Amino acid sequence: MAIADLANPSRFLTLANRSIPWLGGLTVIVFAYGIDQAMLAPDDYQQGATVKIMFLHVPSAWLGMLGWGLMTVAAFGTLVWRHPLADVAAKAAAPIGAAFTLLCLVTGSLWGRPEWGTYWVWDARLTSELVLFLLYLAVIALWRTVEDPSRAARAAAILTLVGAIDLPIIKFSVDWWNTLHQGASVFRLGGSTIYPTILMPLLVMAVAFTLLFFTLHLAAMRNEILRRRVRTLRLMQANAVS
Amino acid sequence: MTPLAAILVRDMRIAIRVGGGALIGVLFFVVVVTLIPFAVGPDLPLLKRIGPAILWLAALLASLLALDRLFSSDHEDGSLDLILMSRAPLELVVLAKGVAHWLTTGLPLIVAAPLVGLLLNLDAPAELTLVVTLLVGTPALTFIGLIGAAIAVTLQRGGLLLAVIVLPLTVPVLIFGVAAANAAVVGPAPFGTPFTILCALTLASLVVGPFAAAAALRQEME
Repeated sequence: MAIADLANPSRFLTLANRSIPWLGGLTVIVFAYGIDQAMLAPDDYQQGATVKIMFLHVPSAWLGMLGWGLMTVAAFGTLVWRHPLADVAAKAAAPIGAAFTLLCLVTGSLWGRPEWGTYWVWDARLTSELVLFLLYLAVIALWRTVEDPSRAARAAAILTLVGAIDLPIIKFSVDWWNTLHQGASVFRLGGSTIYPTILMPLLVMAVAFTLLFFTLHLAAMRNEILRRRVRTLRLMQANAVS
Repeated sequence: MTPLAAILVRDMRIAIRVGGGALIGVLFFVVVVTLIPFAVGPDLPLLKRIGPAILWLAALLASLLALDRLFSSDHEDGSLDLILMSRAPLELVVLAKGVAHWLTTGLPLIVAAPLVGLLLNLDAPAELTLVVTLLVGTPALTFIGLIGAAIAVTLQRGGLLLAVIVLPLTVPVLIFGVAAANAAVVGPAPFGTPFTILCALTLASLVVGPFAAAAALRQEME
């Protein structure tokens, strides 16, 4: 099935209704395996058990960035290809991405308290992640301010494209500046610096988080399409009465 | 007179005349700076230490003031439709409007900054670096702000949304502007590195701002 076939919302709804239970079930299974592996993973020789915060912190950071990345692709879909579902995808991704970014910030500061001795430092990685969170809130505010969905979609798309500048800043902030936050450890030239017994559960958790993201995203897109149908029906009803 | 020069002159005239926001921006800037010593106390060494940061923050907030009327007043009286239909490229028109906005709100702030800096106990080298960083950095604030102004053009309460959209995007400008301005205050901190990054940010915003704002205007006015 090509992406153009999904332009029909009814066809998309059928597909979503069929795949959401399967995707949700798979998410639960991978989460069960991932949490089990994370619990069995050995403690860090310096940090002790607090290293386990990483299994929440790192995947939610990735997913927070994936959310904006997905919105960026959807923004092109809205502005360039005029795909009818692109703005639905963008609108549905914003709150989910914001939630993962908030989770990343909260778990990060809880981890920072025992390891760095402070909940928050204004270093480049933390600041750029906070800016990403504020940008998410700005996009959500924009969606909620403009009444006409298609007009809101185009305004949000432009803000999304401009805000995408923050993504490489977050990724490379630990390389460009001396930060308290550690440097890139998983995806780097010369292989990961994390020991395999901790890296494997981390990757499983990342897969689980990604599955969770797409399950929630599909469900949110379905809700958004239904919400728009309700809106259209109400408008038609109001027209019929008047 | 070319269309772009005409728009530049027209926007500056509107800003300077009655009902324009040019002088209100400076007044706001001075009032904000005056409020800070009441909040943190009249401790002169402390004020000197945080003086550049205060002036930069006040400039950032003041440059937001006139932005929400930049396109929306044109939208209300119909001139935005004429601009969109004209043969002048919209990106350049937006650039001209941005330059006019900076000349009427950014530049007066920079003129007022040394005077206000005296109240914050800044000495001559600190004043000089502050003025240079503001001169280089405030255009970036204007041109990033253009994007928000264009996105919020048709909204009823666009001003508030404008601030929410624009302020997160101005974080890098604020960081490097204050870092460069602090060089003369906090001893042997480097000036060159943050200053060159500030220049780069301004140049990038000169390109990105007009294109994004023009795209937003085209989409909004469809």
